[in-house]
Amino acid sequence: MNRYTWRTAVLEAAMVAAALVFAFPVYVLVSLSLRQPGDQSSPIALSTPTLANYGDAWQQAGLGSALLTSTLITAGSVVLVVVLSAMAAYPLARSTRTWSKAAFGLFMLGLLLPFQLALIPLYQSMRDLGLLGNPLALVVFYTGLQTPFSVFLYTGFLRALDPAYEEAALIDGCGPLRAFFSVVLPLLRPITGTVVILNAIFVWNDFLTPLLYLSGTGQQTVPVALFGFVGQYVSQWPMVFAGLVIGTAPMLLVYFALQKRVIQGFAGGLKG
Amino acid sequence: MATKLGSRRRGGPPTAPWWFLAPALAFFVFVVVVPSVQGAGYAFTDWDGITPAPDFAGLDNFRTLLDDETARLALVNTLLAAAGITVVQNVIGLLLALGVHARIRSRTVLRVFFFAPAVITPVVTAYLWKYLYAPEGAINALFAALGLGSWQQDWLGDPDLALWSVVAVVIWQFAGYSMVIFLAGLQSIPQEVHEAAALDGAGALGRFWHVTRPMLAPAMTINLMLSVIGGLKLFDQVWVMTQGGPGGATDTLSTVIYRQAFQFNDFAYSIALALVLTVLVAVISAVQYRGLRRREDFS
Repeated sequence: MNRYTWRTAVLEAAMVAAALVFAFPVYVLVSLSLRQPGDQSSPIALSTPTLANYGDAWQQAGLGSALLTSTLITAGSVVLVVVLSAMAAYPLARSTRTWSKAAFGLFMLGLLLPFQLALIPLYQSMRDLGLLGNPLALVVFYTGLQTPFSVFLYTGFLRALDPAYEEAALIDGCGPLRAFFSVVLPLLRPITGTVVILNAIFVWNDFLTPLLYLSGTGQQTVPVALFGFVGQYVSQWPMVFAGLVIGTAPMLLVYFALQKRVIQGFAGGLKG
Repeated sequence: MATKLGSRRRGGPPTAPWWFLAPALAFFVFVVVVPSVQGAGYAFTDWDGITPAPDFAGLDNFRTLLDDETARLALVNTLLAAAGITVVQNVIGLLLALGVHARIRSRTVLRVFFFAPAVITPVVTAYLWKYLYAPEGAINALFAALGLGSWQQDWLGDPDLALWSVVAVVIWQFAGYSMVIFLAGLQSIPQEVHEAAALDGAGALGRFWHVTRPMLAPAMTINLMLSVIGGLKLFDQVWVMTQGGPGGATDTLSTVIYRQAFQFNDFAYSIALALVLTVLVAVISAVQYRGLRRREDFS
């Protein structure tokens, strides 16, 4: 079954061709962002590259502060989601009591609810709490919104995990918190990688919520900053595209660094 | 009391106290459960977003909805987009998964490649494609360069075409996501099963149908659920590329909900539309889940 036949070669050629079609838009994005400002040649032609657009975009779009805001919100939400979901999944996976099943069912119902329904009433609650315009509002929002999916992944993983380890820790005199943080959480590392990256992608890329909850303040996330930036400079495509590349680069770098774990991680999630 | 609620599997000590649930549950209830229940209530009032105690309005918002051409068109568009995304994205995702699961040399690189668009911010991909789709843009230029000038279109300006142009962007972006989930399913099929089927004389198609397809059922369930729910909630790409235009041709329930609430300040009507979206998501997912589970059981 391991030979490289002509059929495999044909398949390989077809898959590479498909990859080129998939990559074409990204090629246009990068090639245009490197183009001289006055260049009027066809969007698919090659030309002498320049990095000038990147400097201009950085200054015009206020991307520095947007990157900082997005990073803080993403990091804060992901840490909270990981710790709280793993903790919640622990009794959900181990206990067979009614309350445990009911809580799991409630979380799973939350997976289905479109947040458009909750968006406006929550907007009011955040305003009453004085959190509108504060990035903290988004950390609270993403933690609540993303918990069900993460609980789902953690519960599946924990059910397959032998309870002997934590039982040993308890016999050795650990309290439940200590046993959880020093024994269970490290054992969850494979699925935590997946939970971190999927949540980070979601939070970093979300557009509608920061558009609403942070509007009119100096603190914007990257997608909202890009939205405003492109609206303002819509005819200057090379600079606009340089801004788009800057805004998307952090997520792509994280992805390329962790890609193995991302792609393998889905297998762990599926078994749950 | 607390420690007694943990499990007692194999007679070991209890390990998981109930209060471990509390913090996650608190966030979830505050952000999702309470506002959703409030929202469902507001759908039956005349709330304007300011008045603290809105009046009960019964089914008025839903009657308005029936006469609202924009909302009806958005509902049809939402269903069409969700159906198109679900079918095409999963067919492409499955083909890609089968391709990168085979013993081709570039498979590791290609896996990374096909998933990459799913990592890019939808706002960015939407602007990128808006540029590609422009009458003088890269797609039409590419067709001209290939001698296919007659294929040139006004991709986002033509009302008959615009919705499908947006759908194509979503499919391009998330086909790799479906691929990765199918790939996880493919990798869980033991190689021996395939070899046994091959020894029994099953051809490649027969092996796919009788061995691979049934064992991919769990991946299929997750993929179909994710793409249907994602398709029904479609917002970012539409808002950036067309804002629902031309003439409502790309309006979805989500863009109408946003416009009604935050541009026209008609909060009650907006929430009524959100409730319709919720019911739609719930009913379609429930039907889908039952159908798919039944197939999984038979396989």
